[in-house]
Amino acid sequence: MSTNTLTLSELSTRPLTLRLHEWVTTVDHKRLGILYILYALVFLALGGIEATIMRLQLIRPHNELVSPQVFNRMFTMHGTTMIFFVAMPLVFGFANYLVPLMIGARDMAFPRLNAFSFWMSALGGLFLYFSFFGGDGLYGAGSAPDVGWFAYAPLTAKTFSVGHSTDFWTLSLLSSGIGSIGTAINIITTILCMRCPGMTLGKMPLLVWLNLVMAGLVILAVSPLSAAQIMLVVDRYLGGHFFDTQAGGSAVIWMHFFWIFGHPEVYVLVLPAFAFASEIIPVFSRKAIFGYPVMVLATVAIGFIGMSVWAHHMFTIGMSAGANTFFVLSTMAIAVPTGIKIFNWLATMWGGRIRYATPMLFCVAFLFQFLVAGLTGVTLAVAPLNWQLGNSYYVVAHFHYVIVGGILFCIFAAFYYWFPKASGKLYSEALGKLHFWLFFIGFHLTFDFMHVPGILGMPRRIYTYEPGRGWDIWNLIVTIGVVFQAAGILVFAANLLWSYLRGKTAGNDPWDAWTLEWSTSSPPPVYNYAAVPNVRSRRPLWDLKHSEDPDWRYE
Amino acid sequence: MSAASVNLHENSLDWRLPSRGRVGMYCLIAAEVAIFTIFVVAYLFYLGKSTAGPQPKDVLHVPIFYTVCLLSSSLTIHIAVRKLIAGKMAASAALWLLTIVLGVVFLYGTAREWIHLINDEGLTITTNLFGTTYYSLVGLHAFHVTMGLLALIAVAVFYFAAWLRREHAERLEILSMYWHFVDAVWVVVFTVVYLIGF
Repeated sequence: MSTNTLTLSELSTRPLTLRLHEWVTTVDHKRLGILYILYALVFLALGGIEATIMRLQLIRPHNELVSPQVFNRMFTMHGTTMIFFVAMPLVFGFANYLVPLMIGARDMAFPRLNAFSFWMSALGGLFLYFSFFGGDGLYGAGSAPDVGWFAYAPLTAKTFSVGHSTDFWTLSLLSSGIGSIGTAINIITTILCMRCPGMTLGKMPLLVWLNLVMAGLVILAVSPLSAAQIMLVVDRYLGGHFFDTQAGGSAVIWMHFFWIFGHPEVYVLVLPAFAFASEIIPVFSRKAIFGYPVMVLATVAIGFIGMSVWAHHMFTIGMSAGANTFFVLSTMAIAVPTGIKIFNWLATMWGGRIRYATPMLFCVAFLFQFLVAGLTGVTLAVAPLNWQLGNSYYVVAHFHYVIVGGILFCIFAAFYYWFPKASGKLYSEALGKLHFWLFFIGFHLTFDFMHVPGILGMPRRIYTYEPGRGWDIWNLIVTIGVVFQAAGILVFAANLLWSYLRGKTAGNDPWDAWTLEWSTSSPPPVYNYAAVPNVRSRRPLWDLKHSEDPDWRYE
Repeated sequence: MSAASVNLHENSLDWRLPSRGRVGMYCLIAAEVAIFTIFVVAYLFYLGKSTAGPQPKDVLHVPIFYTVCLLSSSLTIHIAVRKLIAGKMAASAALWLLTIVLGVVFLYGTAREWIHLINDEGLTITTNLFGTTYYSLVGLHAFHVTMGLLALIAVAVFYFAAWLRREHAERLEILSMYWHFVDAVWVVVFTVVYLIGF
């Protein structure tokens, strides 16, 4: 602790420009992790505002808050922002911050590549939002991209998308894609080559295992997206015909290329969420994780099967019966390893001394919400039912259940769980619980009720609708939920700020946890560990605290 | 409580992990393989689907000589690194330069083929689907050869500035992994464009 206060006082005496310069030029994995996370929070606010605009427009039939053109831009920007500039940077930010600490390393394997990757991703976000100002080009053809987040051909062709909005979209994904691939290479190399003595693959914390598989998926999934973006640039700038149906090109192949990225991307985002749950649930249940080897196997299985389910996004396009059957079965198969994980988390809680602190609340809500999201996913995997429900609000409700109810809830849990480590301060439990309940109520108001207009036939991406189709009341409820979610987010931001400035000192290990990061000071020093740790089990701090009954006797 | 007091593992002195450079390069190669796979799939998918303009068999000539050049450069770079490990700097530098020359000859071959296709056959990237997919796939490979050559040339400068020593051999080996990958991709591109596509 003494070294910690020393560095803090040193830091605060230096001029602001010097301190900012340090952040901009840093190659430290902890600072880059925090930069990723802060950057993601800014975009979370932007993407949230776009979602709010859409919901306000849909609050009643024949509403005229925004024009159809603006509505198209809002859903495109909302989707692109939330996936590429909120979820991905949050995932990478936490991986950056936690993986080296948890494996007892000094830093990532390639610190400068790490900084490069972050700034490439940041550039991507700037490209995307610069389109609001520069998308017009000389054409007077509108500002931000309006082709939807999966940008189906031929909407992206020069003929149908004059101006530069689609180009900014492509550039932004290409640039952030390069950053993502760089970080993924870094994460894999760090995990395989930088573990402290004794930490064999079978003794790594589950968070590290899940991030290893996540990084592997990024390499296999984001690269095809980058390739497809290069093809789109060739089409738009060099006059190529990849997706030009007039010259024999295929619009469907873009869909394949996009979803070969798009579906594994779901697992890229959800695996780190699983990783947070796998660390937090044991600590707040006071039990070791149930079935560690099975959890690892299930993760790897999700990684493999996740690469072969992409065309379930394309049932409505009309594929052959063979292709439909294959993708129905592979999609259903992926529910098996996912189900195994849910049972393992429940078994970890079973008989444990559970403490419902804020991180645990979010994790428990995640368990049930993710189960529901998985079940609606299985209904959508049934091709005939998909023909009925595809492209409706049922789909929108399903994937928001995954991304918000599953992934975002775990990310909030991770924020609260590791906030004391990163800031050295305890967060306010009262504000944390307020955030949880506001967001929980808002989430369920919005996304439970969103399934209904979908089943009643309301298509996604329409800017308004006729009254009297039975959709009105559901849309009103869905929009009311936004108020609670926004209030929850504000409480969350206030909690982070207030606790950072006024919070009580956290100490090294406020949760009585078992992984290595809790053995160093909070916040950790630049060098992480004064001496390289040695581990003999999956819970090195348990061994340290209970030398009479260490874990390595049983593993 | 400090991590230093975590029990000392008896095997901590034998703790060996894979080389960072190698693992990093394997990951980069995996990402590149995924990118090339998409371009190869697009090429194969669009074979014979062009609505107008020349077809592959009308205009392409199999570049056997240039292929031999590129593939043999894999051998020369491998031996160059072996010579460096053996401490034979002059032989190593000579083979390194030969690798660069072979790479440049290959690029020259690609350039000649493109000039021929553009000027004599009137095939450009906008002509038809074959032009789009052919120039993209071969161009993507040529771009990777160019990147590799830039790295090889940087190392050649280190040779001549006498900055390069035996202990750098592993770094050159990692660079040569990339070069082998570029050659292996050419085997695939060659098969797809000049054998299957004919």
